[in-house]
Amino acid sequence: MELRVRALETVLSEKGYVDPAALDAIVQAYETKIGPHNGARVVAKAWADPDFKRALLEDATRAVGTLGHVSRVGDHLVAVENTPQRHNMVVCTLCSCYPWEMLGLPPVWYKAAPYRSRAVKDPRGVLKDFGVSLPKETEVRVWDSTAETRFLVLPMRPKGTDGWSEEQLAELVTRDSMIGTGFPKTPGARS
Amino acid sequence: MNGVHDMGGMDGFGKVEPEPNEPMFHTRWESRVLAMVRAMGAAGAFNIDTSRFYREALPPHVYLSSSYYKKWLLGLEDMLIAKGFVGKAEVEKGHALEPAKPLKRGKFTVNDVERIMARGKFGRAAQAPAKFKAGDRVRARNIHPATHTRLPRYVRGHLGVIERDHGVQVFPDSAAIEAGENPQWLYTVVFDGAELWGADADPTVKISIDAFEPYLEPA
Repeated sequence: MELRVRALETVLSEKGYVDPAALDAIVQAYETKIGPHNGARVVAKAWADPDFKRALLEDATRAVGTLGHVSRVGDHLVAVENTPQRHNMVVCTLCSCYPWEMLGLPPVWYKAAPYRSRAVKDPRGVLKDFGVSLPKETEVRVWDSTAETRFLVLPMRPKGTDGWSEEQLAELVTRDSMIGTGFPKTPGARS
Repeated sequence: MNGVHDMGGMDGFGKVEPEPNEPMFHTRWESRVLAMVRAMGAAGAFNIDTSRFYREALPPHVYLSSSYYKKWLLGLEDMLIAKGFVGKAEVEKGHALEPAKPLKRGKFTVNDVERIMARGKFGRAAQAPAKFKAGDRVRARNIHPATHTRLPRYVRGHLGVIERDHGVQVFPDSAAIEAGENPQWLYTVVFDGAELWGADADPTVKISIDAFEPYLEPA
């Protein structure tokens, strides 16, 4: 694969379509600018600030846009809130749609057949693969990302975090908790 | 198209296996493939829907046995050859043999990188009033286009309820085949698990898709 990829890159560069230095810069930007730390800051702010939480659930693109420290988010971001009555989970059955600006590039399992095929039919079974179980009466809502809308799960704030700062809260927010295949860390638990 | 990419509800793929401390890229070539796809798309060689269509159109056995970035590479090669940006012989030789074809937005350079790190905008002006509103009952049409569509098979023919209206957006079914943006109203439509998977389905499960108006009929 290495050789085949290099061959195509050489052709694109020799034909003047792309500057190889620009490809380096793209990779570097993905490696440094995006990642679940962006989503974690948004979730932590929503936990700490009820006005921001309301704005986030109303229009996530606009609300995230007001946070200078989060990289520019595109249109069509929707935040969905977990409650004791309802657990949200996000999938893209057709390909790999995922909120890159919030969570970074998706992990392999998110893009692979087992998750894509089963999340819509047997979400509780999929959660079991992650070691996650929900009360049997909780509604499980699966969001299949079939258009350019991108979904961010707002997990429930862990107990025992009263008075915590946004920075402290952000440490508890895991990537999987924002996809809906995990929970945030609990205070005092080892990461 | 009714391809193997449309996996929702299929059985037999096994357990989900998360990889602890997964790196962003497993090998260097994966990162080069991602960068080439982003760069050539941004330079105007193709749109995002066309690139999805080429990956879906890989032969089923290739699609199912290739890693994610291998599918991206194979789709990219096929697409650049089909559109005349590179020749098959060039890809095989690894060198340019023919003159370049002009790109809509010109060569992709370092100055273009920042622009692609923010998501594109897909919202467009309405061409007609919305046919549906939140709370309306709808049926996903029983359609089977042979080209690209974002209506998954597992909802076709089934009853759902409109939950949200996302405004008007580029219609992937048209954009993928370069038949124009043909903007359409987009809605979140929610289905009961039992409606999709039968009476034995988990009664606590609901599934939603985002559906363009041409995918739906009143019910």
